Amino acid sequence: MDAFISTYVWPGAIIIGQSLLLLVALLLFIAYILLADRKIWAAVQMRRGPNVVGPWGLFQSFADLLKFVFKEPIIPAGANKTIFLLAPLVSVTLALAAWAVIPLNAGWVIADINVGILFVFAISSLEVYGIIMGGWASNSKYPFLGALRSAAQMVSYEVSIGFVIITVLLTVGSLNLTDIVTAQTDGLGTRIGLPASFLDWHWLSLFPMFIVFFISALAETNRPPFDLPEAESELVAGFMVEYGSTPYMMFMLGEYAAICLMCALTTILFLGGWLPPVDIWLLNWVPGIVWFVLKASLVFFMFAMVKAFVPRYRYDQLMRLGWKVFLPLSLGMVVIVAFVLKLMGWA
Amino acid sequence: MGLQALFFYLFAFIAVASAFMVIAAKNPVYSVLFLILTFFNAAGLFLLTGAEFLAMILLVVYVGAVAVLFLFVVMMLDIDFAELRAGVLEYAPIGALIGLILAAELIIVVGGTTFSPEIAKGIAMPMPAVSERSNTAALGDVLYTHYVYFFQIAGLVLLVAMIGAIVLTLRHRQNIKRQSIPRQVARTPETAVEVVTVKPGQGI
Repeated sequence: MDAFISTYVWPGAIIIGQSLLLLVALLLFIAYILLADRKIWAAVQMRRGPNVVGPWGLFQSFADLLKFVFKEPIIPAGANKTIFLLAPLVSVTLALAAWAVIPLNAGWVIADINVGILFVFAISSLEVYGIIMGGWASNSKYPFLGALRSAAQMVSYEVSIGFVIITVLLTVGSLNLTDIVTAQTDGLGTRIGLPASFLDWHWLSLFPMFIVFFISALAETNRPPFDLPEAESELVAGFMVEYGSTPYMMFMLGEYAAICLMCALTTILFLGGWLPPVDIWLLNWVPGIVWFVLKASLVFFMFAMVKAFVPRYRYDQLMRLGWKVFLPLSLGMVVIVAFVLKLMGWA
Repeated sequence: MGLQALFFYLFAFIAVASAFMVIAAKNPVYSVLFLILTFFNAAGLFLLTGAEFLAMILLVVYVGAVAVLFLFVVMMLDIDFAELRAGVLEYAPIGALIGLILAAELIIVVGGTTFSPEIAKGIAMPMPAVSERSNTAALGDVLYTHYVYFFQIAGLVLLVAMIGAIVLTLRHRQNIKRQSIPRQVARTPETAVEVVTVKPGQGI
């Protein structure tokens, strides 16, 4: 019995505790990132944004949460009830599941698996299901068109995301996310004799790929300017038209969790994860989690700014960008990076 | 071990049950969703045997791409269920035959050692232990060295299939206006605008 407790019960309890801690922290982060999104958008348009609930509107997201939860969920008569309710669940569960392998600091990861980056890639490629299922189950024209658009869009941009990830993996030589971050302690900067700094991170050595990844991440998470699945001027609200109250909130939560995931992934792949920008004692003394959150927030700030000042793409232009620009570019980069690594003997 | 066995039976049971539901479900969309559940549980089984790379690739390729297209097509088709049901018994013998052949092959593979006991001696562990080399690296070791030609040929087969599909569906329509982005970008006020002086009372 003691053996049973020490082999199963304790490790299980620890994993559950860690997951709950991460989940609570993540949900709080999402609540404020939603507010930040609206505030930044407002600031660009010279408005004040949400400023009523709490000081400077800090509790706005919680007020929205209560509002959504207490509203009556309405399910259209022609809808397929099971799938209609399953869709938001799928979307939010998948978006949160990927966080299990994201290392927030050296050793701060729930599941430190060998194929971490593949797991994240697999999960992010599954997120399209929430949208397709929601769009189909609504049994209505606009949601269905939104779902079809979204399916094509997400499958297209996964291709370029995949190739960008491969270039990073080539330089690192491991699929473990922790290894990817630690590999960025030496890079371009240290090769020319500088001490370890932000010049070693992959954003510089793989610069075009950093931009391609950022833009593909926008498309993959259906963020403006690529929010065609919910383009309000053409499709009302796309796949979410028939949703209200809690199911709608779960779609939003899943969307923002996916956005946070992409910010964290950009941080890990290109911005050195929890590494301080310069390797000196004062910055090393700051805990790594602070750097991680700062960098992820910076990436999110870029996401929010793009939403505020880039007009929406037309659908054929979106497809052209994915297949005719990003695919050849990232495929070419895979070949170039492989050749450089092999010929310079760095692999 | 106990927990692993528990998960094995869980994944295996759900995989078999949902595989049955794929053919039993009335609505084809449900069938595809059950197929996805089957893939998921197959990935879980791969994970249990330590083939983590295969598990993730199964998710990325089959669930993330292939099943999306299935779902896409099935949702857009207007399928007549009654007509679909009508042919089931007609094809049942062929299905049973294929199932029988597959089952026989599986039995031969699994029970190969009973047919010729020498085989067991010849089988060496093809891969190093998981603790020494991660199985992504181990797969890469053999895939790009011993099996490089087979790998390339498999790639070629897929390429030919892709080109075939494109050729079959490609149709160049005349009288359609296409956007040429380089031409648009290359436009300047000089090439786009012509300033005309119009004399009063004459027009152009």
